[in-house]
Amino acid sequence: MSKHLNLTLHVWRQKNTSCDGKFVEYPAENVSPDMSFLEMLDVVNEGLIRKGEDPITFDHDCREGICGTCSMVINGRPHGPKERTTTCQLHMRSFQDGESITLEPWRAEAFPVLRDLMVDRTAFDRIIAAGGFISVPTGSPQDANALPIPKENAELAMDAAACIGCGACVAACPNASAMLFVSAKINHLGQLPQGQPERYSRVRDMIAQMDAEEFGTCTNHGECEIACPKGIKMENIARMNRDFLKASLTYRPAVVGGGAG
Amino acid sequence: MELKSQIPDGPIEKKWDKHKFDLKLVNPANKRKYKVIVVGSGLAGGAAAASLAELGYEVECYCYQDSPRRAHSIAAQGGINGAKNYHGDGDSVRRLFYDTVKGGDFRAREANVHRLAEVSNNIIDQCVGQGVPFAREYGGLLDNRSFGGAQVSRTFYARGQTGQQLLLGAYQALERQIGLGAVKMFSRHEMLEVIVVDGVAKGIVTRNMVTGKIESHVADAVCLATGGYGNVFYLSTNAKGCNGTAIWRAYKKGAAFANPCFTQIHPTCIPVTGDHQSKLTLMSESLRNDGRIWVPKRKEDCGKPASQIPEDDRDYYLERKYPSFGNLAPRDISSRAAKQACDEGRGIGATGRGVYLDFDDSIKRLGQPKIEERYGNLFEMYERITDENPYKTPMRIYPASHYTMGGLWVDYNLQSTIPGLFVLGEANFSDHGANRLGASALMQGLADGYFVIPYTIGGYLAGIKPGSRIKVDDPAVKATEQTVSDQISRLFAIKGKQTPDHFHRELGKVMWEYSGMGRNEAGLKKALELIPQIREEFWNNLCIPGTGEEVNQSLEMAGRVADFLELGELLCLDALNRRESCGAHFREEWQTGEGEAMRDDESFCHVAAWEYKGEGSAPVRHTEQLAFESLHLATRNYK
Repeated sequence: MSKHLNLTLHVWRQKNTSCDGKFVEYPAENVSPDMSFLEMLDVVNEGLIRKGEDPITFDHDCREGICGTCSMVINGRPHGPKERTTTCQLHMRSFQDGESITLEPWRAEAFPVLRDLMVDRTAFDRIIAAGGFISVPTGSPQDANALPIPKENAELAMDAAACIGCGACVAACPNASAMLFVSAKINHLGQLPQGQPERYSRVRDMIAQMDAEEFGTCTNHGECEIACPKGIKMENIARMNRDFLKASLTYRPAVVGGGAG
Repeated sequence: MELKSQIPDGPIEKKWDKHKFDLKLVNPANKRKYKVIVVGSGLAGGAAAASLAELGYEVECYCYQDSPRRAHSIAAQGGINGAKNYHGDGDSVRRLFYDTVKGGDFRAREANVHRLAEVSNNIIDQCVGQGVPFAREYGGLLDNRSFGGAQVSRTFYARGQTGQQLLLGAYQALERQIGLGAVKMFSRHEMLEVIVVDGVAKGIVTRNMVTGKIESHVADAVCLATGGYGNVFYLSTNAKGCNGTAIWRAYKKGAAFANPCFTQIHPTCIPVTGDHQSKLTLMSESLRNDGRIWVPKRKEDCGKPASQIPEDDRDYYLERKYPSFGNLAPRDISSRAAKQACDEGRGIGATGRGVYLDFDDSIKRLGQPKIEERYGNLFEMYERITDENPYKTPMRIYPASHYTMGGLWVDYNLQSTIPGLFVLGEANFSDHGANRLGASALMQGLADGYFVIPYTIGGYLAGIKPGSRIKVDDPAVKATEQTVSDQISRLFAIKGKQTPDHFHRELGKVMWEYSGMGRNEAGLKKALELIPQIREEFWNNLCIPGTGEEVNQSLEMAGRVADFLELGELLCLDALNRRESCGAHFREEWQTGEGEAMRDDESFCHVAAWEYKGEGSAPVRHTEQLAFESLHLATRNYK
């Protein structure tokens, strides 16, 4: 069993969206290297509660790296120092005894802080609602094998579909751009034959919503790809831009007219 | 209380078709006059909310997470069953039906399970239509893998992220309806009470988890799709937020709770490392396709590295005991076998509570790239958590609480004993009997949400006059709202010294010790003494900082723990009363000479449904007799 760690945390504390926030220092003592990062925070929080103080609020749920709920910037990096690892899957063996750790919420205009390290990411839901789907009412599709899909396309679609919607890409981007997130969904659906009928309206509608939410634009810094815990590639953004260009050039307003009846 | 199962008559293959025809319909123009509340946004809730909105109902959907996409269905790894028989290996609706009933050790309702098997094929079609990127073969057709308890390959999968992809399909369908204005979504809202007026469900009371506001929402029908109560064990594969509050509060309002003791312990999870452990991580059952489970034959070898234990000194105990199913024996059997090996002192790892899951043979046979392709993300996850490379050293695994087959009692229409209150997915009890087979939870959640409730709820709503909905300022509604505020005030008033998690851990220890993989009369009686003591201490020594009018995660947790402290007691009571072993419910007094579960069909071929009788009164156990007309009651045999 390796040695336990003593750490100092500098945590962003903010009571609600309209209050100002500040960093507060907390010791984290006798931390087992086998603990996950969130388990370390659990222990700190239980200590705070026993003292009658407000525990540190942070979003978390599945704690196995798939739900996309956990979100904090650790020492300046979304989800901390380990590549392709969400905060909940980060373990304390990645830190040294005596280290200081700074914890901040995702910082972006479109993700207002709700409390401490918890932010509001409903902007992502609204982008999906604007077009991140295939319109297929329940019960309407044909037999699943009626439409063969080349393995390669299915794999590329899956690579993009692996996005967990955590928002680390936005937090990492100097422009707080959501283009990695948006392009992942566009390419997931755009790779598949089922996604073709709405391919161009989808890219137009999702990008319009992304702009309305006041996410920044992409200037090819590449921070998003490094921060992404699921390894979503920037080439998705290039593909999305190509689709967006085509969609913009070929745009025709829908014909509105009554049916004969 | 009367338990009317409403199973349609006629041959089993025709029941669902006949029932769909017999159900009354709601005129398309009238649908928008009915409002349906769906609580939960996982596979069952998300699919239901989207489908009901597509039909034209006014829908409101609630979830405690920050987005409906985060429901814990997302964590399912392995796959979803469908009786497509695309590979011509002898699968059929009847075989899926048979496997599921048998896997559940003949404690599920035949008619429900048959319907589940029938619609399994529609689910695969629906998901592919939505763009779920299932694994494919080079010809472009869908690939399948095998899962426990079946001898055909019927499991569709998307790498090790099948739950995620299916949930995103349902989530996107739901978001489409939100965008169209057909569903109103309330994320970060926790349901804390069902509004029941004159015995009929009329709405819910929620707490806005950002502002703390307690609000009532009224509707013509309420669907609970709030998942299982596996977190009653504290350590489980469930998400930290998963809780039994919605179903528990519905139980206390008159919904019968069925088979609470049917809880599934999953055989392949990463073992506990210490007291700080907050949850356990599952390693998909699909790994058992290519991994071999073993422990050393001799206790003395347990401390040695796996590589230094020669083949002859290894006990591949599943292959030895169950040669025809081998490593793919059902979950309950595999879990107990692991416990048995560890109880004999042959467990591995620092705590001695672990067994090996070894891929060495498969890597030699298929090559590492193939194994990477199949399970790469699972192997990575394992390495992140344990700091061990499973391509080089075998995985260490141990069983953990995973799924609950028990839940609110529902009839064939998924309606609980409270009219107007429907229960979907893991939250109900209906399809898995005493043990769920792998890749069947996703199937059931989506079956209930996409293909059952959209039909059956119409039959209920058609009997209600459109526009007759109760008003939100009705005194009965306000009174329910008040009980919620009062309970929150009571929690704050305790002003003790201990955290909600402390009590949750204490409960979990008792549950795991006395009501986990093995249960006996003395242990269960002990648990029934201990749980009220923990509850008593909870209500005298709980500490919640802050106020109710802000984000307060301690308050959220305290409310859930308060409910688990009651639910755990009912679970043990049910386990004590079911004097037989069946599926995952293993009463040590009832086992064969070989240690297999011994059912008592004479006395217990029934569903036990508990009725709440008020605080301080014992709940009443009702039974629904299970009739096996299509299949014969048989002893499960996986040898």
